[in-house]
Amino acid sequence: MTGAGRHVLEVEGITKTFPGVVANRSVSFDLAEGEIHCLLGENGAGKTTLMNIVFGLYRPDEGTVRVRGEEVSFSSSADAIAAGIGMVHQHFQLVPTLTVLENVVLGAETVRHGVLELASARRTLADLSDRYGLPVDPDALVGDLSVGIRQRVELLKALYRDADILILDEPTAVLTPGEVDEFLSTVRELVGMGKSIVFITHKLREVSQVADRITVLRNGEVVGRTTPAETSEEELAAMMVGRQVSFTVDVGTSDPGEVVLEVSGLVVDDNRGHAAVRDCSFAVRAGEIFGIAGVEGNGQRELVEALAGMRPVVAGDVRLRGRSLLGLDPRRIAELGVGHIPEDRTRHGLIGAFSVADNLVLNRYHRPPFARGLVRRRSEVTAHAEELVATFDIRTPGVDVPAAQLSGGNQQKVVVARELSRPLEVLLVAQPTRGLDVGSIEFIHRRLVEIRDRGTAVVLVSAELDEVLALADTVGVLYRGRIVASMPAAEADRHRVGLLMATGSEAA
Amino acid sequence: MTTIRATYLRMAPVSVPILAIVTALAVAAVAVLASGSDPLVAYGALIEGALGSPERIATTVGRATPFIGTALAMAFAYKAGLFNIGAEGQILAGALLAAWVGTWSFLQGWPGVVLIPVVLAAGTVGGFVWGLVPGVLKARTGAHEVITTIMMNFIMSLLAVWLVNSLDPIILRDPDVSVARTRPLPEAARLWELVPGTKLHLGLFIMLGLVAATAWVLDRTTFGFEVRAVGTNPESATYAGMNVNRITILAMALSGAMAGLAGAGHVSGAEGFLSPGVFVNVGFDAIAIALLARANPWGIVPAALLWGALLSGAPLMQQRAGMSTDLVRIIEATVLVFIAGDAMIRWLFRIRSNGEVSTA
Ligand SMILES: Nc1ncnc2c1ncn2[C@@H]1O[C@H](COP(=O)(O)OP(=O)(O)OP(=O)(O)O)[C@@H](O)[C@H]1O
Ligand SMILES: [Mg+2]
Repeated sequence: MTGAGRHVLEVEGITKTFPGVVANRSVSFDLAEGEIHCLLGENGAGKTTLMNIVFGLYRPDEGTVRVRGEEVSFSSSADAIAAGIGMVHQHFQLVPTLTVLENVVLGAETVRHGVLELASARRTLADLSDRYGLPVDPDALVGDLSVGIRQRVELLKALYRDADILILDEPTAVLTPGEVDEFLSTVRELVGMGKSIVFITHKLREVSQVADRITVLRNGEVVGRTTPAETSEEELAAMMVGRQVSFTVDVGTSDPGEVVLEVSGLVVDDNRGHAAVRDCSFAVRAGEIFGIAGVEGNGQRELVEALAGMRPVVAGDVRLRGRSLLGLDPRRIAELGVGHIPEDRTRHGLIGAFSVADNLVLNRYHRPPFARGLVRRRSEVTAHAEELVATFDIRTPGVDVPAAQLSGGNQQKVVVARELSRPLEVLLVAQPTRGLDVGSIEFIHRRLVEIRDRGTAVVLVSAELDEVLALADTVGVLYRGRIVASMPAAEADRHRVGLLMATGSEAA
Repeated sequence: MTTIRATYLRMAPVSVPILAIVTALAVAAVAVLASGSDPLVAYGALIEGALGSPERIATTVGRATPFIGTALAMAFAYKAGLFNIGAEGQILAGALLAAWVGTWSFLQGWPGVVLIPVVLAAGTVGGFVWGLVPGVLKARTGAHEVITTIMMNFIMSLLAVWLVNSLDPIILRDPDVSVARTRPLPEAARLWELVPGTKLHLGLFIMLGLVAATAWVLDRTTFGFEVRAVGTNPESATYAGMNVNRITILAMALSGAMAGLAGAGHVSGAEGFLSPGVFVNVGFDAIAIALLARANPWGIVPAALLWGALLSGAPLMQQRAGMSTDLVRIIEATVLVFIAGDAMIRWLFRIRSNGEVSTA
């Protein structure tokens, strides 16, 4: 333990129930001054719930929270902020139509003579940016920023409010490997300057890199307290999931058949009308996983959306078994056997207000057996949902609860379950394991290999190079909207692919 | 104790509107006092005026009937993520077409089983078209429906005034009476009165049927599923293969059709003709009622009845307590403020909202 001073945060005997689930059961947890305390646990273990209680968003059924030795009872997050607690949520809470500066001051504005006073806020922000090494353009619109920068804005927002206890809920889930390293060093720096940090993550490598202490939750209960020195990644994984987890799935050998999906000379624009995919060509065979490696922002999203029919194609062609998909709407393409696990589950993959059961038929609600003519058949929808919840181990109190009430990882499982549960020619997968715990990652990887072995052509896009290298039979590198190289998995090593990702060519 | 509290919280969808009404009446009592009247006398008269005798109850229910259709139109559009301010224009479009078609000479002499459906269908078509236009504009050009429906309201109310008032040339005006109104529908085209001498007519059951049908469509059909999906998350709806533009257009047009049917029902049931001023403010009342019902189709029935009661009780209140009917509008507006200020009521009565939505 480094610099373990007095306890700035003590949580004792917290119990919190939601209808049908006990999210926290007599949980105790403490945070020492100047430490990084990692909170681990599988999806739905209750990590976010516990921290939401600390941040005043939920009221516990039982238990106490003490901040700097004093018992507190927050009735809103404003109280928590006043007590010096800041939280960066799993799903960001920024307003995309406001600037960075406006977002940072939002809710803590200084007003003079009834007019918003931004000049001093601007100075404070520049100061904080400087001090913690978090450069941002105060006048940029948040909606235009990459997730990495948005993450930074969230952090500045907390710092602006003078938080010295920071709760970071899966801050690295959406970051690229490079951004993760940068972020972790920022976190260490923050601690060096006297902040105390609760760090929630599923990535065990990060835990050994930054944690001073570790607490593991399972099913709402604390199942272990340890330090990186005393444990290993394997042990942590086993503690979280309650069984041994294998980090590498045995992918076996693939037996690719004929070409199913053929992309040639594809050009696709991004939202601002600039070409994001330029002259992109590749082919995927039946029974093959074609992994697309690339630094985020090189056209991955636009490519996948165009293949799924959600984004217009400017030039080029996409052929499914020789038949052009150009001009077909997403429904037609889905019906031809193209499945799609989108990268942004809350924006595209799910309707949070709809039940888990309805979300599990979101793109098949109109087909038998889920509908007869125009009339929906709810018993079929429910039966289907119960089956998928069981096979995909989706942790939910029932199939009728709104999907928004599921934990982040379980929401992802709903999307994956839906797409993997129907016969497919092609499966487009973007970031399939983002936010998932080690056990679920293993499970989903197995499923992807399984569906490949049944003859589906899988296009896998992932920001995790390890994931691409572990699963792909063929690795393609996407650089500035083009597949600049593609090679059999055997020839794809980290170094070679990394170089291609960074420079677009092998001659360094 | 905890179970009592739990039940209290679970009742929130029902208790919040009721508490809002009670609170609003209490607040409005201050206004009544300030105007020099006794709130107890005033409210007593209001209740008696609305519910004091079978005829009065019938009048109240009759008053509420067109509100059910218009509020339902508003609520249905709302489910599709559309804010339909145009119920006033749509009900008028329906009423106008119904009043015109019902007087076509070649239809005269046909029995009610033919005439009534024809008149109602005409009204539905009128409203459908008047809703279709803003729907198409929204889907094709992105023009916001709040603006376009307000404009459509102006167009329709002025058009109706001209069509019905004009003496030279006479277009739809009945030249045989001194007031401006359309020629009367043939007796066979009239929906039966349920209580003689009041304006309560068979249209009530048509509106209740419409509520049932709408609730069923939203809840049980694939189209309803699409409407709700587009209304809550259009991006996910696109991903799921739904045609967001088509659904937007259809939802807006059907919303208009509901208002149009309400208009036809009123012409055929309550009046037998159309005078162009009868629907003034109906669109805004519809918004209030739909809000009171939280856009729930079945919730609209009690909300519309309450609205009808406030309106039909007002004259007696005015008489007894010697105050102006404007005060009734003040009470209504107060109710509305408290309903819209849902958070205020929840805070006042310690009902935690389901703001406990997971951030994970
Ligand atoms: N607002 C809510 N209403 C009902 N149930 C909820 C709500 N929020 C969380 N839950 C339930 O509580 C449990 C714990 O959820 P929580 O979000 O704390 O998990 P988590 O550990 O953060 O998981 P993840 O790693 O997937 O984000 C889950 O079963 C979840 O479904
Ligand atoms: Mg979480």
